[in-house]
Amino acid sequence: MRNASFDFKRQVTVKLADERLQQALSRLQSRFVEGRSAVISEIHDLQETRDAAAQIRDRVLNNLGHWLLEFEERATSRGAVVHWAETVEDANRIVAEIAALHNVKTAAKSKSMVSEECGLNEALEKAGVEVVETDLGEYILQKAHEAPSHIVAPVVHKNKEEISDLFEKVHGLPRKTGIAELCREAREVLRPAFLNADMGISGANFLIAETGSALIVTNEGNGRLVTTLPRVHVAITGIEKVVPTLEDLSTLLRLLPRSATGQSITNYVSLLTGKRGEGDPEGPEHFHIVLLDNGRSSLLGTPMQEMLRCIRCGACMNHCPVYQNIGGHAYGWVYPGPMGSILTPLLDGIEKAPDLPNASTLCGACAVVCPVKIPLPDLLRKLREKQLTLGIRPQRETALLKAWSWLALHPRAYALATKIAVRAMNLMGGSKGLLHRLPGASGWTDGRDFPAPEGKTFRELYKERS
Amino acid sequence: MNAREKILARISKARPDEAALRHHLETHPRGPEPLAFDDLKKRFAERAAKLSSDLIEADQLGLVPGLIAEYLKQRALPMKGVCWPALAHLPWRNSGLEIEARPAGNEDMVGITGAFCAIAETGTLLLLGGEKTPASVSLLPETHVAIVDPRRIVATMEDAWDLLRREFGAPPRTVNFISGPSRTADIEQTVTLGAHGPYRVLLVLTPL
Repeated sequence: MRNASFDFKRQVTVKLADERLQQALSRLQSRFVEGRSAVISEIHDLQETRDAAAQIRDRVLNNLGHWLLEFEERATSRGAVVHWAETVEDANRIVAEIAALHNVKTAAKSKSMVSEECGLNEALEKAGVEVVETDLGEYILQKAHEAPSHIVAPVVHKNKEEISDLFEKVHGLPRKTGIAELCREAREVLRPAFLNADMGISGANFLIAETGSALIVTNEGNGRLVTTLPRVHVAITGIEKVVPTLEDLSTLLRLLPRSATGQSITNYVSLLTGKRGEGDPEGPEHFHIVLLDNGRSSLLGTPMQEMLRCIRCGACMNHCPVYQNIGGHAYGWVYPGPMGSILTPLLDGIEKAPDLPNASTLCGACAVVCPVKIPLPDLLRKLREKQLTLGIRPQRETALLKAWSWLALHPRAYALATKIAVRAMNLMGGSKGLLHRLPGASGWTDGRDFPAPEGKTFRELYKERS
Repeated sequence: MNAREKILARISKARPDEAALRHHLETHPRGPEPLAFDDLKKRFAERAAKLSSDLIEADQLGLVPGLIAEYLKQRALPMKGVCWPALAHLPWRNSGLEIEARPAGNEDMVGITGAFCAIAETGTLLLLGGEKTPASVSLLPETHVAIVDPRRIVATMEDAWDLLRREFGAPPRTVNFISGPSRTADIEQTVTLGAHGPYRVLLVLTPL
């Protein structure tokens, strides 16, 4: 997917003014924030469980080569073919080759953020394969030619009227207005896609080293359909998604759906091992697993490694005051919110997303809800430091910070400067004590007044009282 | 070097502690689990209801076709469908049901399965795909009926994995956890039952 993160600031202004989006985003609160809070407490030893989950992910990441080889050996012994892709281009080429090898004309796809990362649909269409997204949200987006705005609820930015209009236009059926009717219409329109597809494409929430299996969590059942009916199944996922054992998986599965959608468990959890066995009446004759690196390996052994613990639940974005106000599209790439503000610069180039690590108040809500205890604010701060070292911050900002650091290191100059500043601001504030304009801080004063200081600095007041 | 070798070269440690890693795989230690449940069947029934599954009990297997027929009739659902070949021997016809033992197709409206086991923690069924237990039966029809032996309700996922290891060794091609009817909340975050899978799930608890 093309990265448009550079345009972040402009997009923020657009999104904040978009009333329909603002209304749509308000729904996140009840379903995802309150929903999570209602079921996460079912885990009686939540902190212990989060610690265990973080340890499981760290155990994998500290020996990623080992666990991937264990996984590959067992998956292969069950008849799966494991492919390794260094870049998104490699991944696209591999899947297109698989399609060509098995003479695939149509593919039915369940939701996969890694495939979004690759822009896989476009690549397959170019190779002459028709791809149908079957997750309801992703299907709507495919028909509307839009990108997902949330990693779990991809179409959170649209309301049902927009979807009614869209379905009426693309299906040519009488307009439906109820949500249940819209869902049924999509089901009926998509059924033939499952039945006729030559190839099913899915992601994998986890890969299990112990059994060589790919694991998919879904609610709609489309993940099961695309991995059961077509004669070829391709699962595409990141190299970091492996976990050692089924017990490790169980710990993560207690946290993933609760953190993601406020469900104790998703409707379906499918453990897929190997291709159709002897005597099996159904299931794919060919099972391919594509492991994508795309920059992940470069994070191992660095201070950013903890980001690879991520299990893509989306809790960090649901709880982020920035995401809650601007939605996912403003972030410009596949992964929005706090995890995206870290992953986008790390995977796609720090210079391409200069604003994202700064698009956070560092309030810490994301770290509190993260099921695998990724210290997201710390990682954002580390990225900010890196931006500074690499000299990719705006010159004015750097100059201001330099001036500030000089001032902060010279107490007398600091006292004098602040003394002058607070008095000047006090005068400018007038009788109401409010500043409508502040040189260099229009970002603040455009939207609200700045309260003027009372006239003395903290140090002056402190001196008076001691 | 091909992509596999290049990636592995980047991510492999010079000296992993192979013995410790192998030990973890072989012993597959459990993480934190829920507190023990007093009554597995009660817990399972409570959680299944929360997931919008319907649940009935039968004292003996012979009564099951009649109960299923009644359930379908009450809801004006078709009295025909498919079942797992493993359940072909039940007296379906006596209860006015027309049930074929085979994988499901698009036109089948009712699918009847058993279950490998059930998990009390979340009210979940665990189904294994196989020659006599095709996965499509629990997936394509709008109504899924699962016959569950209450003696095979285990407490947690971890217990289910141990049962699977004990009875099968390695997992078959498909292991499906099923927790109620399929659903979606993609439109306006409003939960709607019946997405691409069944609209309703009936659990029949009976000793098999």
